[in-house]
Amino acid sequence: MSAGAILAGVLAPHPPHLVYADNPPQNEPYAECGWEELRWGYERLRKSIASRGVPDVLIVHSPHWRTNSGHHFLGVDHFAGLSVDPVFPNLFRFHYDLEVDVELAQAIHDEAAAAGLQTKMMTNPSFRVDYGTITACHLVRPEWDIPIVCISASRAYYLFSNEVGDAQMIALGQATARAVADSGKNAVLLASNSLSHRHFTVEPSLPEDMSKEHVYHHGQYLWDMRLLELMRQGKSREIVDILPDYTEQTVSETKEGSLSWLLGALDFPTYPAEVHAYGSVIGTGNAIVEWNPQHG
Amino acid sequence: MADPTLIPNGYVLPGQPHPLLAPDANPGYAALRAAYEEVGRRIRASGAELLLIYSTGWPSVIGHQIQALERPEWVHVDQEWHELGEIPYTFRMDAEFAHAYRRAATSRGLHARTVSYHGFPIDTGTVTALKLINPDNALKACVVSCNMYADRGETLVLGKAARDAIEALGRRTVPIGITALSNRYHTEPVPFADDRIQSQKDDDWNRKLLEFLGEGRLEDVSQLAREFALQANGDSKLKALWWLAALMGQTNNYRGDVLAYRPVYGTGAAVVELTPGASSALDKEFDEEDVEVYGGDRNVLTGHDGPPGGSASVAPAPPAAPQSPPLTGRAPRETRPIRRDAPFTEAIRVAARDGAPAPVGAYPHARRVGDFLYLSGVGPRQAGTDAIPGGPVRDADGEALNYDVAAQTRAALANVRTVLEAAGSSMERVIDVTSFLIDMDRDFSAYNQVYAEVFGAIQPTRTTLAIQALPTPIAIEFKVVALTGDAAAS
Ligand SMILES: [Fe+2]
Repeated sequence: MSAGAILAGVLAPHPPHLVYADNPPQNEPYAECGWEELRWGYERLRKSIASRGVPDVLIVHSPHWRTNSGHHFLGVDHFAGLSVDPVFPNLFRFHYDLEVDVELAQAIHDEAAAAGLQTKMMTNPSFRVDYGTITACHLVRPEWDIPIVCISASRAYYLFSNEVGDAQMIALGQATARAVADSGKNAVLLASNSLSHRHFTVEPSLPEDMSKEHVYHHGQYLWDMRLLELMRQGKSREIVDILPDYTEQTVSETKEGSLSWLLGALDFPTYPAEVHAYGSVIGTGNAIVEWNPQHG
Repeated sequence: MADPTLIPNGYVLPGQPHPLLAPDANPGYAALRAAYEEVGRRIRASGAELLLIYSTGWPSVIGHQIQALERPEWVHVDQEWHELGEIPYTFRMDAEFAHAYRRAATSRGLHARTVSYHGFPIDTGTVTALKLINPDNALKACVVSCNMYADRGETLVLGKAARDAIEALGRRTVPIGITALSNRYHTEPVPFADDRIQSQKDDDWNRKLLEFLGEGRLEDVSQLAREFALQANGDSKLKALWWLAALMGQTNNYRGDVLAYRPVYGTGAAVVELTPGASSALDKEFDEEDVEVYGGDRNVLTGHDGPPGGSASVAPAPPAAPQSPPLTGRAPRETRPIRRDAPFTEAIRVAARDGAPAPVGAYPHARRVGDFLYLSGVGPRQAGTDAIPGGPVRDADGEALNYDVAAQTRAALANVRTVLEAAGSSMERVIDVTSFLIDMDRDFSAYNQVYAEVFGAIQPTRTTLAIQALPTPIAIEFKVVALTGDAAAS
């Protein structure tokens, strides 16, 4: 068996608005348009990944499966059901049907446990998969023909601090990379974080009314650009250094650790990442960013 | 002071599923379960009609959400404690109250909306509480979300709006704040049998808070909540107690009863009853955050279209009658009902899997225009199969068949209900009905009787017409206009 590889590492945010605006048959509400820059960014990402082959598995780290008792992994091979976004139920009521690579999930779980992290396999077949996972996976692979591994966002930052949270996530990322290498599989890693995360507190009556969409404020935008510029320059270590501050200043979803997990799994890339798109969704900053380790 | 005939008691309940799913794993979980069950008995004895819940387990971002689906049904699994098993549930929600609460909140300057969707994720704390205190669904419930950005002033206004709605409808209501006290989990795996409060400091703070609550000093606790949250990692700033105190009248004049206080995976879980009573403490402290109307914009850096110089998060305002428009200091962008700032319309299509038959032409199931919802003609055809309950009026060769118009009418009205609910409306909000019959002489009487069963109490206007034929072999079709979203028929 040849060694497994990370085909791509992706910052893959999960605003349900993007799925809503795409009108896939699985989603109940209907949209006329909306958030094209980000949706077309996902299209560019899909083409870029496809040009290097079809991955065997998507590994997603999702902030909307929040756990306090360590890192949990989906451990049942098939889930189907209805996912309703508790914040935007008007936009996202999605009928999902997905396969899980339980063998790889267990392998990552075991590596993480061996590294001293608290871990748990989720083996309840009635479990409802979180909408962040579903949204990110759908936007990266709308065919739903590749199994996923899904890792919860453990809230170490909440119990300790942003710094401790990041350190745990980096260790989890490194465990993920070891398990992928041993698996012989080609994986795409999805860190499902938005960037700056201050939301508007009202919603236009027509959600896809783009005349109402803009970044929340200039300060958040500047922070996002600073972070993206470091990604574009391949300066991952600097990102890790400023991440606790960045997270605090922009109330970023990076608090939940998906980005630090990804940078750990990619072993702190020194090669430039490709930013496929940046745009706002109800004021929050979202970027679709791809790291291609073969460039490394 | 709460009117004790309308609000007989208020409760604080914890939000973890262990007392429901694993009462035998730790004597403390069993004690909590027994306390929930005792609360259930007391509520039934109080003659309450409604359980009104504010749960920290249901965070919201866009204003305040209020559950309005009448019979939510699901098999719930907790995101954290999935190994403890499933919680199947069917609840009865009070949609009328939900809409009244939404109106009351809007009148006080808050951004609020009702949600009514099958499969909406009801949080574990609410599910656990309703299963244990209301196991037979004897009482209807209403649940309101915990806005992540709402600070104390806004949450107090949300509590006062609940009281407005209770008084407006005259509902005998038991308010329940679902919250942990200290909310620090174990950082290392701890077997349930060895559960304890995560730190001595958290335990001390919990006991101090419960001492106050035991003395009935709810308002003092509301004012102390922020300090408690800082010191003991209080659950969501202890907002649930802000809400409860404001709803119950902002006094210290209660009898408090701490039915249980136990650890659940490191967090502080308490069951507390508060009964309006005679004064038990000295006067309360002056409270500068106590406002009647939410006057501000949480978007303090709102930018070009914000008010000059930004705006305060809370603008003190004179008391306003619940139904009168909010008075002062409001940022137009935040508080103007957004639906009014531009006309809008939206086509609504309902999937077959949700029970609506597919259209037979180029039209949607419904179209919303502002607060009005116009339905395309609805007949009795069944979603997916196109079968006609009561039988078709003619066969494939056009030969007339005997059919049951009462069954067709019932099926058509069930389809009307499906489309209305999928579009955020309900039968109760129908304002106008046009009925088309292919045979008035034969069918009017049976149709009229079924119609009365369904719409007799709702009283929309109605017109009944006889027509030559309908495009499919059916005898009856309805054209319906309803109010939608937050608008109500009465
Ligand atoms: Fe998110």
